[in-house]
Amino acid sequence: MKADVDAIVLSNTRLSPLYNVLALEAPGIAREVEPGQFVMLKTSAWDVPLLRRPYSVFEIVHDEAGRPLGVSVLSKRVGVGSQQVYEAAPGQHLACLGPLGRPFTAVDAPSAAWMIAGGVGLAPFATLAAALRRRGVAPTLFYGARTGAELFCLDLFTRLGVRLELATEDGSRGERGPVTVPLERALATTPADAPVMVYGPEAMLKAVALLARRHARPSQLAMERLMGCGLGGCYSCVVKVRGEDGGTHYGRACLDGPVFRGDEIVWD
Amino acid sequence: MDLSVQVGPLHLRNPLIAASGCFGYGLEYADVVDLSSLGAIAVKGLFLGERDGHPPPRIVETPSGMLKAIGLQGIGVRRFVREKLPSLRERGAVVIVNICGSTVDEYVELARILSGEEGVAALELNISCPNVKEGGLTFGCNLDATFAVVSAVRRATTLPIIPKLTPNVTDIASFARASEDAGADAVSLVNTFLAMAIDVETRRPKLSNVVGGLSGPAIRPIAVRMVYDCWRAVKIPVIGMGGIAGARDVIEFMIAGATAVQVGTASFVDPFIWGKLEAGIRGYLERHDLARVADLIGSLRLERPIDNGPAAGCA
Repeated sequence: MKADVDAIVLSNTRLSPLYNVLALEAPGIAREVEPGQFVMLKTSAWDVPLLRRPYSVFEIVHDEAGRPLGVSVLSKRVGVGSQQVYEAAPGQHLACLGPLGRPFTAVDAPSAAWMIAGGVGLAPFATLAAALRRRGVAPTLFYGARTGAELFCLDLFTRLGVRLELATEDGSRGERGPVTVPLERALATTPADAPVMVYGPEAMLKAVALLARRHARPSQLAMERLMGCGLGGCYSCVVKVRGEDGGTHYGRACLDGPVFRGDEIVWD
Repeated sequence: MDLSVQVGPLHLRNPLIAASGCFGYGLEYADVVDLSSLGAIAVKGLFLGERDGHPPPRIVETPSGMLKAIGLQGIGVRRFVREKLPSLRERGAVVIVNICGSTVDEYVELARILSGEEGVAALELNISCPNVKEGGLTFGCNLDATFAVVSAVRRATTLPIIPKLTPNVTDIASFARASEDAGADAVSLVNTFLAMAIDVETRRPKLSNVVGGLSGPAIRPIAVRMVYDCWRAVKIPVIGMGGIAGARDVIEFMIAGATAVQVGTASFVDPFIWGKLEAGIRGYLERHDLARVADLIGSLRLERPIDNGPAAGCA
């Protein structure tokens, strides 16, 4: 059930001068949200910015008794909305609408699962990793960033029992180069039918989708788009997809996605 | 307390209408709002056939507003009638179908098809979309073309017809008059303002369509003025819209002359806005000791009468 929660900021953890994790009290959303789903945050009570901003849910926050208390988002400061998310103070209220969108489709053991994240695209994989572990699946995370200082929350994923494959553009941690380098090597050397689940910049999504196709791996891609409403009303957040009849049309990332099957997407 | 209004032959339980292009086909919102609680729903503009619309990016935020160029992506009238209308009817929604054509004949054909369908309360003629080459503005920016398309649709249907006017003209009131002369039951205004935003780092337009339609609170005062101009120019009801974000804005449009209002951008920001608007209107009527919201229509108080030219005419 979609709800608009007048959410209290529980905590704001700044990970770097650009990245932060904002935790919001929203028990209803926390109970229902599935990996890959998102919330629409009204980052200001006023008109600047006017529209809400879509954020993939990063973690489920629990209270002392272990009950779902809220959700957190992983944010990168790029504009006015994310600046406000970076500056939000505990105790402050933020309208939080969710959960929204089509989630990742988890797999069951004995299948493996490969998660591929670029930068802030790490966001959906903490909840996905937890969901996969509950199904007895041992996930691997291929995680790329510009520098080692922008590889965040590695201990969280280690705690979740995730095997890490790291890459940085400057080579300061893990492999030098894009995350597709270790991924491609693994695809070539590991016979598996594990689905490839990916979120990050569009160029990376495309590269990973094409790699997965070449290695006959099923893929699931979380697509990022500018969104007006998050509910299917505005038709702003479209992604070109191939329908079952073979024809192409624009699907809405907020309703038909954000997670699409790799073979649905029509790349330019 | 009576919130109902009469838009020509169309009786609405309250003056709040979901604006076309901002509410999908209505059903997208069925799990957040009781569709029968709205005065009406103006569904996304429909051509005869399906349309892809423009590539993304289709939206960009601007100060207190947004710029949008969707390109009238849509499922076409036949799929709408088959896939959406029955469910809208079941939910008790008052459905205004927004129709778009490239030619007068297409508008007429759309009107004929929809006239035979149960559950269509009225037709809104989209002669004002700033984002498609064919149709849209071709009709809405020319008085003769406006008259021609409205009168042709008038001959084709007994449904209430509501031309949706563009603000991208010098004197919008003359388009309201042409619509009235052609037999329209009401006019709705304003559609969005043709506008543009550029990424100065890359020197590229922020929308794939280069230009788009501006909506949101940024345009509200211009829209209020245009509603006032049209209200003074015609006897048929005026449906006002443009940046309404709260009950006070609804009241403002009604005082300026609107019989009902449409809300678009604000329901993106708050999909639960409808109940809040209704409660706000009730509070206002109570505070002002008014029994009927309709008593507000055109109730602007002036110190002295103004002349008959446009309220903000050219110097």
